[in-house]
Amino acid sequence: MGVTALTPNSSHKSSCQQTKPFRTLSGIDAYTGSFGTAEVVHLLKRTMFGAAIADVNYFKTRTVVQAVDELIDNSFALTSQPVNDYNSADFTDPVVAPGQTWINAPNLSDGDFWRVYSFRKWHVGQMINQGRSIQMKMMLFWHNHFATHIDDVFGSKMCYNHHMYFRNNYAGNVRSFAKFISTDPIMLQYLGGQYNTKWAPNENYARELQELFCIGKGPGAAFTENDVKEAARVLTGWKVDYDNNTYYFDINDHDTDNKVFSSFYNNTTIQGRNNSTAGNTELDDLLNMIFANNECALFICRKLYRFFVYYDIDAATEANVIAPLATILRASNYELKPVLKALFKSQHFFDAVNYGAQIKSPIDFMTALMREFKVSFPTASDYVSNYNFWGTIQYFTYIMNQDYGNPPNVAGWPAYYQTPQYYEMWINSTTYPKRVDFSKWMVEYGIDGNNTNIKIDTIAFTRLLSNPSNPNTLISDALDVLYRVPISAASKAQLKTATLLDGQANDNYWTSAWNSYIADPTNAVKKSVVENRLKNLYRFIVNSPEYQLA
Amino acid sequence: MRRRDFLRNGVPMAVLPALFGSIGVKAFGKTSMIDSLLKVTGTDNDHVLVLVQLFGGNDGLNTVIPLDMFSRYNNARPNIAIPEASVLRLDGTLKTGLHPSLTGLRDLYNNGKLAILQSVGMPDPTYSHFRASDIWESGSDSTQTLNTGWAGRYLNYEYPNYPVGYPNTTVTDPLAVQIGAANSFALQGPAMPMGINIEDPSNVYNLTNGFTDVLPAVHAGTELNFIRTIAQQTQTYSQVISAASNAVTQQSVYPADNYLAEQLKIVARLIKGGLKTRVYMVSYDGFDTHSSQVEAGASTTGKHAVLLKTVGDAIKAFQTDLQYLGIEDKVMGMTFSEFGRRIKSNDSSGTDHGAAAPLFVFGKKVQGGILGDSPDIPASVTDEDNVPMQIDFRSVYSSLLQDWMCVPPQDLNGMLLRNYQALPLMQQNACRQCTVNGNRPVYQQSGISLISNSPNPFVSSTTITYTTQGMHTMVQVMNTSGKVIKVLVDKVMKQGTYTVSFDSTNYPPGTYYLRLQNMELSQVKAMMIVAP
Repeated sequence: MGVTALTPNSSHKSSCQQTKPFRTLSGIDAYTGSFGTAEVVHLLKRTMFGAAIADVNYFKTRTVVQAVDELIDNSFALTSQPVNDYNSADFTDPVVAPGQTWINAPNLSDGDFWRVYSFRKWHVGQMINQGRSIQMKMMLFWHNHFATHIDDVFGSKMCYNHHMYFRNNYAGNVRSFAKFISTDPIMLQYLGGQYNTKWAPNENYARELQELFCIGKGPGAAFTENDVKEAARVLTGWKVDYDNNTYYFDINDHDTDNKVFSSFYNNTTIQGRNNSTAGNTELDDLLNMIFANNECALFICRKLYRFFVYYDIDAATEANVIAPLATILRASNYELKPVLKALFKSQHFFDAVNYGAQIKSPIDFMTALMREFKVSFPTASDYVSNYNFWGTIQYFTYIMNQDYGNPPNVAGWPAYYQTPQYYEMWINSTTYPKRVDFSKWMVEYGIDGNNTNIKIDTIAFTRLLSNPSNPNTLISDALDVLYRVPISAASKAQLKTATLLDGQANDNYWTSAWNSYIADPTNAVKKSVVENRLKNLYRFIVNSPEYQLA
Repeated sequence: MRRRDFLRNGVPMAVLPALFGSIGVKAFGKTSMIDSLLKVTGTDNDHVLVLVQLFGGNDGLNTVIPLDMFSRYNNARPNIAIPEASVLRLDGTLKTGLHPSLTGLRDLYNNGKLAILQSVGMPDPTYSHFRASDIWESGSDSTQTLNTGWAGRYLNYEYPNYPVGYPNTTVTDPLAVQIGAANSFALQGPAMPMGINIEDPSNVYNLTNGFTDVLPAVHAGTELNFIRTIAQQTQTYSQVISAASNAVTQQSVYPADNYLAEQLKIVARLIKGGLKTRVYMVSYDGFDTHSSQVEAGASTTGKHAVLLKTVGDAIKAFQTDLQYLGIEDKVMGMTFSEFGRRIKSNDSSGTDHGAAAPLFVFGKKVQGGILGDSPDIPASVTDEDNVPMQIDFRSVYSSLLQDWMCVPPQDLNGMLLRNYQALPLMQQNACRQCTVNGNRPVYQQSGISLISNSPNPFVSSTTITYTTQGMHTMVQVMNTSGKVIKVLVDKVMKQGTYTVSFDSTNYPPGTYYLRLQNMELSQVKAMMIVAP
């Protein structure tokens, strides 16, 4: 009795399970429909953190092709670097002055974690101040894909380099990524590759390279335990050079015998070498073998799909979206841009069934809240205050279960892979109240720093809307960019009456209050009249379940 | 509607059928009349299961140390082996000892409150953390993936249909509570997680604000429904959790700076406070000791020693507190970790992913002792050698469900998908202590809609459909003050589903309640008479 959902599935949810009631057959043919507010907002909420009104207006003057090309092709160089914000009674950086960057400074033997923490705060600022590009969202994608745990490794400069590779190559070549990560000193530390020697093989990285990074656990993934052991032998000899924040190869620890793989890899033999370039050559052979397998492109495309579209991959999506994207990925020799462009220009991406289907991750929720409401931070020169605020935001993403730098393990955040819940794992009885509390504070009071404050300026945001004096237009305009699900006319009317009209029946009460404030904006009483009502409105909006969707 | 009301009560009940469709009390405002009408005998099967998850794969051989093959043990891992003289001895056995950090568990063992299960694992081990965790938490075979957790399936058996129809007058409390912000797959039910997460039990939330529009028929509707449900659950359950927490003013001492102890302290508090939650889940991280598992040259110190001390001290303090609070009879705990580690240590003073490992079951009613033999350690050990499984991990689940949660043996298949060996984990008659038999149907039925009417709303007449388990059955109509205005059925009946019509021409428009009473079970549903 009662136990109804127990039918064992095969090892892959995507193509074997029909759990979701809504289906679409649409594929990756080019989307040719209208490209108005709804479509632009959808595109921006998926490729950036939130849909800021200025960005919506900007992209509405483009075609869908132009908009997607810009978002994929444009990238933004750094305009700042992480600085010393951490000198205190407890710790003083011996070589870097307050406000100066440490990225070119000598390594520290003590207190290096202060630099790491300043990087993490700085990165929050980078996300909030992102340019019109998919770049920052892709950084999060890669960090989730090639997950490492910043608290378990050593070296602020190596951490910085690791994440900057993701930034600089955000839509680059997947095989190059795999090559980079295989000898990256952070990954060598995190999965113990630095201890992988011919004397004592450590299979950790060799396993995850296949299981989590390149091949996955899909129905077509059939690498064997022996393939893990053989790959581990290929990867012997890589070390971390802690003094120079890099890696090196030690042939003395390298297994120079041949490595023989299973039929899944066409019984490939990787020839053992015994010279100083053996590690590099054999790694290329290994990656060529892995990337030649059809499963690899399928796996990468499923990861992209779950990150950018929706978590449920049914048989139709596998056939009409994943498979053709994988074909593009292989045809481009694993260059990512053609795949991203095809996906974001596709009928499937703009299929209404996928609108609003994502539950915002904590980083997306917090960053989008700042960006969509154009929260004003102190001037850049006040780095102390800015790092303080970024640190607060970082802390909240952490207690909501998504700490940039520290995914819970090498598989990344479970919300991107754990069946059957996926994104729903972001929302539970502990994390949801934190979203509600934080967004409520931002509307009501803001967060206080030293002599400064950041908050959602409800009046400033409202002024960005097309016609704030009309309470109906105001609410519709705001919901058009803040929400992804339609709200009925009756609900909008109810919200208007409860907030902007303060229970009154006549729209003109709001119109005259707004106009009166606009005509005399320095009048504190007139300002508080509109602000009190706007706070009620926006608090309701950001606290609602609908605002959790992207 | 006034502004305040809208903001405070933002979600009219109409949009929450999933949660409150079958019960009127919470939804339509409490009146003492309705309250008393709905009073049912509380469930007496009060056994609680506490799951302690150790993330990372605990090294079993350095946790429970095989004194009977100590030289092979020492030979297999010379750089990390615990010196024989440091191993904690246990009363009544010379074969097995504990890591020197586990004084707390040694004390429990010597008091008969700890069972050590040797070499618990899976028939076809996997060395992937995630796959192994999924297997442990879902109770699947190694080649199979399930979308539900084993404890989730148990709870779904006891409380079918969750979250539809919960909470209700019979089941007022969360079915499972997980301490911390992350969800465990073990508690995943067919529709959604069967448990809720808490960090601070004193928090009461008000999360009901939101729109009430019907769910859009796209994926977003699925997700929106999920979030609305979580919001409503959080709001409702935070009240009962907070009340339970506040009811306890005194607990015995827990060790400081011990996160596992902090979690278990909350668990003890909520059980004592009267929460009828059946499963609690706590966890501790850091057992993936590939390197620096011990300090070089001092194998009784280091990472693993600290981890085990945390675990042993926390469980000891918890058991002591349960005794102090007078609730020791109804609580049973179990530790688990996704796998053990290799027999042979590596060159980094650590151990790599392995297979089977011991686990602990603790509680006053446990049959204390050691189940199984020390793992067989080869004389000449290689990197490949693993501890083979003696006890299938699902046998532990099966035995706990049958002998502690008192699930009839014929029903275990539905939860564990197969028959597993019954282990002598519990003292004789542990289950007789729960007066389960009469009450089991009450909460099993409470999530199922047993009475409904159509059309609704209606002008002059509606047809009521109800299901009886047999014996005495009563269908009543009440008004909003809880007064019974009409008795439609009041007789001994055969099991089945029946209909009866209600003529409302003599009653003014408004909200009314239908009430079904069938033996120890009662359900109430709202209906509305509207003006012609």
